[in-house]
Amino acid sequence: MSEPVSAIQGRAASGNAKGLAIGLTDAGPQGMVTLRGDLSSPALAAAVQEAVGVSVPGTREANFAGGRGAVWMSPDELLLRLPYGDAPAATAAIGKALDGEHHLALDVSDARTVIRLTGEDVPEVLAKCAPVDLAPGAFPVGSARRTHMGQIAVAFWRIAETEWEIVALRSYGHHLYDWLAASAKPGGKVGVF
Amino acid sequence: MLLLTCPHCGVSGDETEFAPGGEAHLKRFGPGSSDGEFETYLFYRRNPKGVHFERWRHAFGCGKWFHAARCTVTMEVFGTYPADVTEPPAELVETIRAKRPEWEGF
Ligand SMILES: [Zn+2]
Repeated sequence: MSEPVSAIQGRAASGNAKGLAIGLTDAGPQGMVTLRGDLSSPALAAAVQEAVGVSVPGTREANFAGGRGAVWMSPDELLLRLPYGDAPAATAAIGKALDGEHHLALDVSDARTVIRLTGEDVPEVLAKCAPVDLAPGAFPVGSARRTHMGQIAVAFWRIAETEWEIVALRSYGHHLYDWLAASAKPGGKVGVF
Repeated sequence: MLLLTCPHCGVSGDETEFAPGGEAHLKRFGPGSSDGEFETYLFYRRNPKGVHFERWRHAFGCGKWFHAARCTVTMEVFGTYPADVTEPPAELVETIRAKRPEWEGF
């Protein structure tokens, strides 16, 4: 049986002494389930809790606990994050739990590339890439944002003070990684924050 | 560059995050309408110099459609509101009147 691989096949880098304090790591194959429906529904909240162990995030927020989480994508859409192997069963369980309620749950684990960003200069790097306010205090832990880097759609969220995830469609994986790596090169610190 | 605030997700984003959808509040004429009405629906637009109501989509964001009122001369955005209405909200009309007393109205 073929093993799942991520689009960027484990690329990783970390800032050196002259570069920015940022680590870039291919997160590898990650479980991702798109869940659309009424986000105020108690049944949906229970299904999310069951699948990823967190409550339904508020507008432009991401709730994470123990490597699983839920990200707010739109007024009627969440992206659930969980281990790759758990996604098919979780998708089926959500379908069963929300049977009879208008919804859509789909395992889209292979649709995107996930890159893990660590370090205190992540806002510095992302602010060079996307038209989003990342000044201190503007994007606290638990924030999530869909936006674009040039022509490609991306979404990123802040799981902890120095821990972020960014996703883009799978075929843009190398482009996204190269762009982030170039933005984090030595001498690349803008220093406005 | 316009800065638009999406009424669905609250993001005040650069114009580059949004996709324009043309004039808002068009009355649709479909099967059974006269040729004249259908032509008007398809091709006739106000194209005003001044206050304009437009459709926009938060394409690189929450993906939802909304409406925006802006001035085509100064690019000032008077406000945004959800797309599920047939005319602009009363308070937005008031805001525009206060800023553009010469405006002929919606
Ligand atoms: Zn939006």
